[in-house]
Amino acid sequence: MAIDFLYPLYEVVRDPQRCICCRACERQCANEVHHYDVDFGCMMSDESKCVACHRCVSLCPTRALKIVKTDHTFKENENWTGKTISEVYRQAGTGGVLLSSMGNPEPYPIYWDKLLINASQVTNPSIDPLREPMETFTTLGAKPQAIERDENGDLVDNMPPQLTLNVPVMFSAMSYGSISYNAHASLARAATALGTYYNTGEGGLHQDFYAYGEHTIVQVASGRFGVHADYLNAGAAVEIKMGQGAKPGIGGHLPGIKVGEDISRTRMIPEGTDAISPAPHHDIYSIEDLRQLVYSIKEATHYKKPVIVKIAAVHNVAAIASGIARSGADIIAIDGFRGGTGAAPTRIRDNVGIPIELALAAVDQRLREEGIRDRVSVVIGGSVRSSSDLVKAIALGADAVYIGTAALLALGCHLCRSCQTGKCNWGIATQRPDLVRRLNPDIGEKRLVNLITSWDHELKEMMGGMGINSIEALRGNRLMLRGVGLTQKELDILGVKHAGE
Amino acid sequence: MRYVILGGGAAAIGCIEGIRAVDASGPITLVGAEPHPFYGRPLISYLLEGKTTREKLLAYRPADYEEKRGVRALRGVRAASVDAEGRTVLLETGEVLPYDRLCLCVGSTPFVPPMEGLDAVREKTSFMTLDDADRLSAMLGDAKDKRALIVGAGLIGLKCAEGILARAASVDVVELADRILPAVLPPEASPIVQKHIEAAGVRFHLGESVKRFEPGVAHLSGGGSLPFDVLVLAVGVRPNTALAESARCRVERGVVVDDHCRTSVEDIYAAGDCTVFPDPDTGALRPLAILPNATMQGETAGRNMAGGRAVYDKAAPMNATGFWGLHMIGAGRYEGEVYRSQSGDATKLLYTKDDRLAGFLLLGDIDRAGIYTALVRERTPLSSIDFELIRETPQLMAFSATERAKKLGGAAQ
Amino acid sequence: MKRVYVDERWCLGCHLCEYYCAFANSGKSSMIKALKDRHIVPRIRIEERNNISFAVSCRHCTDPLCVKSCISGALSVENGAVLIDSDKCVGCCSCIMACPYGALSHSESGVIQKCELCKKNEFGVPQCVQGCPNKAIVYEER
Repeated sequence: MAIDFLYPLYEVVRDPQRCICCRACERQCANEVHHYDVDFGCMMSDESKCVACHRCVSLCPTRALKIVKTDHTFKENENWTGKTISEVYRQAGTGGVLLSSMGNPEPYPIYWDKLLINASQVTNPSIDPLREPMETFTTLGAKPQAIERDENGDLVDNMPPQLTLNVPVMFSAMSYGSISYNAHASLARAATALGTYYNTGEGGLHQDFYAYGEHTIVQVASGRFGVHADYLNAGAAVEIKMGQGAKPGIGGHLPGIKVGEDISRTRMIPEGTDAISPAPHHDIYSIEDLRQLVYSIKEATHYKKPVIVKIAAVHNVAAIASGIARSGADIIAIDGFRGGTGAAPTRIRDNVGIPIELALAAVDQRLREEGIRDRVSVVIGGSVRSSSDLVKAIALGADAVYIGTAALLALGCHLCRSCQTGKCNWGIATQRPDLVRRLNPDIGEKRLVNLITSWDHELKEMMGGMGINSIEALRGNRLMLRGVGLTQKELDILGVKHAGE
Repeated sequence: MRYVILGGGAAAIGCIEGIRAVDASGPITLVGAEPHPFYGRPLISYLLEGKTTREKLLAYRPADYEEKRGVRALRGVRAASVDAEGRTVLLETGEVLPYDRLCLCVGSTPFVPPMEGLDAVREKTSFMTLDDADRLSAMLGDAKDKRALIVGAGLIGLKCAEGILARAASVDVVELADRILPAVLPPEASPIVQKHIEAAGVRFHLGESVKRFEPGVAHLSGGGSLPFDVLVLAVGVRPNTALAESARCRVERGVVVDDHCRTSVEDIYAAGDCTVFPDPDTGALRPLAILPNATMQGETAGRNMAGGRAVYDKAAPMNATGFWGLHMIGAGRYEGEVYRSQSGDATKLLYTKDDRLAGFLLLGDIDRAGIYTALVRERTPLSSIDFELIRETPQLMAFSATERAKKLGGAAQ
Repeated sequence: MKRVYVDERWCLGCHLCEYYCAFANSGKSSMIKALKDRHIVPRIRIEERNNISFAVSCRHCTDPLCVKSCISGALSVENGAVLIDSDKCVGCCSCIMACPYGALSHSESGVIQKCELCKKNEFGVPQCVQGCPNKAIVYEER
């Protein structure tokens, strides 16, 4: 119907001089944008189906393709933008909730980009990480509150269970279901190779990946999918997911169509049924309830595994974190409002939650003020994009970071934000066997290892520049940061001085 | 270890390769009756046709082939007899060659049935060797005015026809059987190929033989007569067994060898067209006068002569050939249940028996025929593959995923 | 010796190996010049069916039946690689008869062609491998 017509957002530009009609674009596009026209003897495209994932562009052997943003426009209006108008049309046509995926793309402030890092000059020496010791190893978990000795006066090992990270970066929770088997295999293998951790998300742990258990964080979420005693004990830590940065306050929904045989077995639900994670945990309505679950898990894992509680960054995050620290959790994970998702209602993704930088600073400050900072480690996620974001996060008080989107980019994701369609051309957010195959874990693992290795090099360079040679010494060291273009209120919350001060 | 190889064809090359795969240094002496270096015998028709040159033909192996492999080659020399007791070979030159291991790669000789008046025909030749080809070429000259008569419509006769058609005024082929290529094609395929060759200009006289030659004329058994200028005798070949007999090897039409290519006499091996060996299916002794068989038997013999262990038990008849652009590949036996398909000018005949592909013939479209050949050679149980699929086109997809992984990802065979 | 190995688990059926092969052996300076408006006749070929696909090219057998069957001496083994001298080849197709992988085929000019691991062209290393987007084709020792 004409009233439903929406002009495609992107246009496929094909250089007919360069196109050799090899049809790789046609074969590689799960959205069926390209086809070979026998009568015309050339390739044609239907850009209305294009999601700008660049699969065709990347594989075209003669560089005959590019994707451009259309210049088709509505009459200009700063208030009623073309995007806003189109969304109204779509909802008027369908009556449905708008769905999106990956992180919030809207132009909110990015505080990482308003923070600058210090370096040593004259009065204190910088450190050359290639010549001098430099440690990016760190451990996560509650630290002993006091030194204990036995009757002979010997030290008692009262160290609670810890996660040991060779590099302060972990792969954040992405379920088998939201991402593919090969994506999980890549993450599991890379985490093992790097000496860090990946996270199962709420999808359970595929039996093939039990072998990577020492580098796995197993998640328990509101749907409790795939949770059983062996699962809890298979990982190095257990994470209770209370919330997710991309969609605070709501649950999740894996459509039945994605619940094939393997996923059904892993999640312990019937094949083809929708996997619905409720918005709340129905047994958790208070910090006390949370404490019960934390200790249930500790019991089930014989007090050998640290328990992580993951929340979305929301308005009262500092107070909530304080409660979590007191619930017995060993690690608090906070997910900012730019965190990714395989599918979320657009309005929630783009309007709910707060920036992770502010949440982190507030939580770290509050826990310190209450004298309980060393009872928990703090891990943050929600759009850590680079090693400089990582340095800033640690300086603001994080013990380590979770990366999701950056890891997926390493695996080939082009941030087309169409995960919810299940037709990921890069073999990541899909369960279609022909598409899953496109991600060879040999390549995936290598690229993840490359990414984190390069970040680690950069992290060491930046730490060395500051004259700092351990994560310990950088953590919460806000003197190493200065703000630019920030209000006094923002600076106060971040706990940093303005540049020049 | 001293090795002596009698013969200078494909079996001899295989034998050298086989010996050198095991023994890098033992002296090898090769005695070849022909004065030429190694050459591909089947190339002689292509030489006449102009599809290859004498230089290329004689460069079948690099010029330094023997030198690099420590082979002393005596060319244009015939062996007179073998003394198995004394382990020596007596050459016609009078030289005596001692050996520790001997391989007979002496091939076969054209077989000429008695025909009245044949002796009086002066312009005649068989068509097996380079010298035959040279002789035929000289007889034909360049004037394109000679009428050629070929007796025998087997592979040799018809490749000869292809080789000389453009250089002769006419080519007639007389064949005793009622169809062409009786030993190579199944009956239903002969007419297709015949039509194609006739379209090129060759005339066939099937079910006939030459009763009597008179100067310039052949009188046929059917009563007709054919005038001709040049006669090519291509009725068939017979294994050369005289040397084997002199060594007291068991001979039944050919030199009898086992699957190690051993003759009945210790330290004497044989390979190629001069041999007969037990058919892997029936056990009956039979010859298999094709080039790949000669190479592989030679290699088997060579390895075993040098103290290695090699078994050659996968011999299967096979032929790849073509006439005037019509390619054909066949292998195995044309017996059992027939599957036939025709698409355009391409004909396919598959013969299945006892869960095996007993044989096949492809005419016209021969793409990837070796996949069928392998089914025949390996005696692959058809129930272990998707035969419906492979019947349509030869493809590896018809094998199981495990088998494919082995074929394409496993160690090289 | 390094060989080309294929793992169908990762083959996408994109056919790019065929195009990279055809280009690599075209002698042309760009893929566009080599392949535009041409029907390609590559030395590596994809088999595909029911969502399974894989490339097939010469396996460079240690005991190559094609070489043993060649009547013209065109096929030979050099440092483990099976190479063809197309000048010597008379197109008898004995190699096609012998190869259990179906890896030899007719070239555009009618003589036989086969994968020579790009040893004879300007690239020197197999371009099908370089062009494979998912490492379904690798060039390595096994």
